[in-house]
Amino acid sequence: MHGNKDHQADQIRAISGAEDRKCMKCGKCSASCPSYDVMDVRPHQFVSYLRGGDIDAMLNAQSIWKCVSCFACVERCPQDVKPAQIIEAARLMVIRQQGENYLSPDDVPELLDPELPQQLLASAFRKYAK
Amino acid sequence: MQRIGVFVCHCGTNIAGTVDVDEIVKMVKPEQGVVHAADYPYMCSEAGQSMIINAVKAHNLSGVVICSCSPRMHETTFRKAADKAGLNPYMVEIANIREHCSWIHKDKAEATQKALILTRAAIAKAQLNSPLFPDESPVTKRALVIGGGIAGIQTALDIADAGFEVDIVESTPSIGGKMAQLDKTFPTLDCAACILTPKMVDASAHENITLYTYSQVDKVEGFVGDFTVTIRQKARSVDFDKCTGCGVCSEKCPSKKSPSEFDQGLCTRPAIYTPFAQAVPNVPVIDREACLKFKTGKCGLCETVCAPKAINFEQEDELVARKYGAVIMATGYEPVALDKFGEYSYSDSPDVITSLEFERLTNAAGPTGGDLIRLSDKRKPKSVTFIQCVGSRDVTQRGKAYCSKICCMYTAKHAMLIKEKYPDTEVNVFYIDVRTPGKAFDEFYRRAESEYGVRYIKGQVGKVIDNGDHLQIQAVDMLDNKKMDMKTDMVVLATAIEPVKSAKSIATMLTASIDTNNFMTEAHPKLRPVESPTAGVFLSGVCQGPKDIPETVAQAGAAASKVIGLLVKDKLMSNPCTAKPDALYCNGCSICENVCPYGAISYEDCEVNDHGVREVWHVAQVNKALCQGCGACVVTCPSGAMDLQGFSNRQIQAEVDAICR
Repeated sequence: MHGNKDHQADQIRAISGAEDRKCMKCGKCSASCPSYDVMDVRPHQFVSYLRGGDIDAMLNAQSIWKCVSCFACVERCPQDVKPAQIIEAARLMVIRQQGENYLSPDDVPELLDPELPQQLLASAFRKYAK
Repeated sequence: MQRIGVFVCHCGTNIAGTVDVDEIVKMVKPEQGVVHAADYPYMCSEAGQSMIINAVKAHNLSGVVICSCSPRMHETTFRKAADKAGLNPYMVEIANIREHCSWIHKDKAEATQKALILTRAAIAKAQLNSPLFPDESPVTKRALVIGGGIAGIQTALDIADAGFEVDIVESTPSIGGKMAQLDKTFPTLDCAACILTPKMVDASAHENITLYTYSQVDKVEGFVGDFTVTIRQKARSVDFDKCTGCGVCSEKCPSKKSPSEFDQGLCTRPAIYTPFAQAVPNVPVIDREACLKFKTGKCGLCETVCAPKAINFEQEDELVARKYGAVIMATGYEPVALDKFGEYSYSDSPDVITSLEFERLTNAAGPTGGDLIRLSDKRKPKSVTFIQCVGSRDVTQRGKAYCSKICCMYTAKHAMLIKEKYPDTEVNVFYIDVRTPGKAFDEFYRRAESEYGVRYIKGQVGKVIDNGDHLQIQAVDMLDNKKMDMKTDMVVLATAIEPVKSAKSIATMLTASIDTNNFMTEAHPKLRPVESPTAGVFLSGVCQGPKDIPETVAQAGAAASKVIGLLVKDKLMSNPCTAKPDALYCNGCSICENVCPYGAISYEDCEVNDHGVREVWHVAQVNKALCQGCGACVVTCPSGAMDLQGFSNRQIQAEVDAICR
């Protein structure tokens, strides 16, 4: 699903502009994070996973949807690593995965729900059917 | 026509591994002026030097080209060898075929070709060399130490003990510096004052040491061996000779609201004050901004109560100009400002303090008599939390990229001092890495945890919130990957240290270089660590880089020994490779005077003989003692009147021609 690890790691570095190699593991990012308690993977772990090439752990983390992009970690990181931008890049990677988020017209009837606003379905179809 | 000998060094395999040395010898033999060429595995060795000396005599050489390492490495060696052979030392040229060639190339054929070209350039330059003779300059046998902390005191004592006169300039009213503010010293926990105050008294009593306290350096002129320094003695408003140091003036002074500099602003002091009880000299100063007499014209109570009539409101700053052979920078450090670190609530909460404030708070001579209390409600803290690396190891514009080096050890010391005095106190230390290299240092830190039960938690603190009766700490235990949401009563910030603000301006006056953090630069980071690249300027203590007391004292002694080595000389030989103006070409434009970084150029009226016509012209003159031979004036001169001896324009053109041939 995720292809070449090194390539993906470099992609995240390119998207985020973050420099995981500068990290000195002080934990300031996690200590500053307001969403820390609800995260399965913590901000400092994202940096560590990127450094170690464990991209799957980042892309599968629920944390990428819990980060509120307050940028406290970016603001306070003494080494200018930019953890929030790594999380943002992971989010974009998941969204951009080719073919993984394809919605076929045949699948639509199954998703119909009387509670669901029609606009949502239409916009989801527009976004994921390309 | 010169008779040139070329000597090619193998430098083991450093050069010979990449450059075909035999080929160079063969190829340079037909060069114009070359009468001898040879190679040797180590030209700088005794045998290599003998080879050069013998060849100079045997072949009656008038110039020598050495193909070897950088002239920074061995130019002096080979010049001395030439001198032994009876050749003027400035007839030696170095072709750098190591750093500039063999070390940076892999292809042997290419490297050999380049080495040959470099050698030809050196031969071309050697053709135009002429003997140069250094001037002698006198050495004033007196040293100036700027800064009266432990670094300055130790340097001064060591120089004075060797029999030379030393002056110490200290900006505050007393010598002692930061060490005087400290409580105990690691790793032995002996009291700082107990080991420092005897040294302060020694310095003050030493017949060779003169103290200029409450003074600053206003101007520096001159050069190694012959500096003239203007010292501004700020008006103390107290007559030095009459004051007995009884202290009644301070006691009676009604203006007691000024924050005490010595106690880090934790308490106040009178307008007429000595910084601390053991101050040397024990003569108070009047802070004119706080003194009622100076502010309103009324009061003068100190004058009334002073029995020896030492108070003098009319006193003015005094300027003293003295000559020195050497100047030692010992300007020290101060903690960085924490206004950019809002997350630690330092500015908002009185219970968040810096480590230096903690030193005063735990010191028996401090504002609380050594009782550790919360400054907000005077309560004894049940829990104290230390945060390390505040402002250190921070590459952003908020902090300092370097490690302040002393914080790990003093934090362990603070933690133990608390546990020793109040064993029931809970003590936590948040750290990124604990760095304790040094004799008995790691053992000391481990004792804090294993014997005293101090808890070390890996992780930088995210936020400190003042909730009134306690402080809330938001942090993460990095090893457990667990949130730490804890309450504490007091937070101590291990604040980064930086050179004092005045270091930069003093360095500028001395034309001594500083790095991007305003630490003084060494002449060589490993081999000349206590000398500045500017001749005659020496470095002692934290002005050169963060260091603790034992290291500072060791470096202070090292700086002193270098200074003594200079002061025992009666005369110094100056570098003859200086700028030389040709009055006939000089148009009097003064551009060279403006670009000279050493103030070596002046314009004077000179009589010039212009093809038989005698006239007085206003032309450039170079003070050879001040000129460092940088060549800035040569390249800036629009009329080509300036030339650098040993690196003349003709020589450089000849080198370029040889390279392009």
